[in-house]
Amino acid sequence: MLDGARFHEVARWLHDDDTQRYDYLSDVTAVEFRDRELPIEVVWHIRSIPFRRFLRLKVLIPAGAPLEVASVWDIYKSADWLERECYDMFGLRFAGHPDLRRLLMWEQYREGYPLRKDFPLRGRFSRSEQLRQALAANPEARYSMEELTIGQAFEDLPTDMKRRLSTGEPVGE
Amino acid sequence: MASTTRTVDVELSTSGLDPQGRPRRDPLVTDAGGNVLTMEPPATLEPELDGEHMLINIGPQHPATHGVLRLVLELDGETVVRCIPHIGYLHCGFEKIGEYRQYNQIIPWTDREDYLNSPGNNVAMALGAERLFGIAITERCTVLRVIACELSRIISHLVWLGTTCIDIGAFTPFLWSFQERERVYHLLESWIGARLTTSLTRVGGMGADIPDGWVEQLTAFVRHFPKTIAEVDRMVTRNGIWVGRTVGLGVMSADEAVNYGLSGPMLRASGVAYDVRKDFPYLDYETYDFEVPVGTNGDVYDRFLVRMEELRQSTRILEQAIQRLPDGPVNVDDHRVILPPKSRATSDMESMIHHFKQVMEGPRPPMGEAYVVVESPKGEKGYYMVSDGSSKPVRWRIRPPSFVNLSAIPKMVEGHLLSDVIAINASIDIVMGEIDR
Repeated sequence: MLDGARFHEVARWLHDDDTQRYDYLSDVTAVEFRDRELPIEVVWHIRSIPFRRFLRLKVLIPAGAPLEVASVWDIYKSADWLERECYDMFGLRFAGHPDLRRLLMWEQYREGYPLRKDFPLRGRFSRSEQLRQALAANPEARYSMEELTIGQAFEDLPTDMKRRLSTGEPVGE
Repeated sequence: MASTTRTVDVELSTSGLDPQGRPRRDPLVTDAGGNVLTMEPPATLEPELDGEHMLINIGPQHPATHGVLRLVLELDGETVVRCIPHIGYLHCGFEKIGEYRQYNQIIPWTDREDYLNSPGNNVAMALGAERLFGIAITERCTVLRVIACELSRIISHLVWLGTTCIDIGAFTPFLWSFQERERVYHLLESWIGARLTTSLTRVGGMGADIPDGWVEQLTAFVRHFPKTIAEVDRMVTRNGIWVGRTVGLGVMSADEAVNYGLSGPMLRASGVAYDVRKDFPYLDYETYDFEVPVGTNGDVYDRFLVRMEELRQSTRILEQAIQRLPDGPVNVDDHRVILPPKSRATSDMESMIHHFKQVMEGPRPPMGEAYVVVESPKGEKGYYMVSDGSSKPVRWRIRPPSFVNLSAIPKMVEGHLLSDVIAINASIDIVMGEIDR
């Protein structure tokens, strides 16, 4: 159980110190309890491969506080997708992550964060609404801005789509 | 000039290279007089691109991506400059559904994430739930679970072997490995009734004990299986084409592999001897005699060698498990989690209450959390379960090994050729069901 403000410092020490050498980040996840008053837990499972040790780190975020913790991406590269998934599913922001985008859900997804307890099991929209959205979507438009800047692919787009992409407006839906 | 095509006898050699080490080019076209027309490409084949980069999209519907993986590649000529993977096309929200299911009801979901390793996932899930409940399983159950884990490792590695051979261009090992896989599926079918989605375990025991004569069938398989491995080994391991297409690709050094969180054969191919079965033993794995194969270079070829050796080691573990399989009950004698026999439930008051409680409410573990890690064929598979004392978990988290392994693909493919991307991607042994969940 750690203080969120000093978490990054502790993680750095656990990774670098010669008596600890926790060099393997196994998992990053979060836990939200059914009781909304309880804090949201952010959980890291780390291992020391040289010493065959295992440690679980937790940071508690009290209800109502901003969902933000420090990213350990600069210490463990494996945190990249694990943190992105956690952001995608819980809306938890990892400060210092270089590329915190949606991972499993698509980029234009606006319904919220699926693993939060206030998110209904069947999603916010009815099956027919979901089907309608899926049929109306243009799969060709599912490149991100970042990819479209590669190799001048952006230049080849129709003017209308270029305008909408550059203003951050969702395309394809 | 009239030209006819004819088939030319190609020398049956394992090497596709000529003595100078270049790919051999066999003449296929002759003119009417039987003179061979050369197949040299025209001098101006490649247009001048002025260093312009190209954006190419592989997948999500592409057989070589082993599922619905999408890779967006930035190419300079044929060299990959940047790779952006996209996942999530198979996302079904398993973890969300798990919060609405009892522990035994989650076990069928574990079949469907890493569907090549269903028995192994079932075992991991049951181990996690048992740790929450504080149950110690019976001796027979432990050995049966080891057998299930190793059989699923064999299935998974065989599928990996077959599909990777196809990706790289060898067809025969695919048929051989799928034939052996079919034998394992027959064994599983006669044990639990299902082939792919086994749902083999229950909290506190197994769904079924093995039928009569099953051990003999397993023994026959264990005797036969190393021969197939030896055949594939002879055909592929020293094959010139295979070596040429896998050596030196997607190299990860030991430090990088650890830092990128690789696990399983991917990590061991880089020279890190880390195996959950040895280092954090479960199911009494420490009492079995087996080796952990370790590679040196961390390239695609070493991953292949590590997996081939793991197949042999799994066979060794199976042999020992058959030897030590004890008699006795499979399920624990604990009516919090295992239903009492129906005959007693209709005659005995206490049994009836247990029966009612379990069916209507489900087993209720005490408050707590458990993170169980097993060595799945893909790597370190973890289940993290948090209980608030009700019959359903508050959080059921899957730590998917191929998800973390795949996240290192941009690092592995950069600087390699486009055709090598397929080989590197195959060497990760991804299952999209597990990555997207």
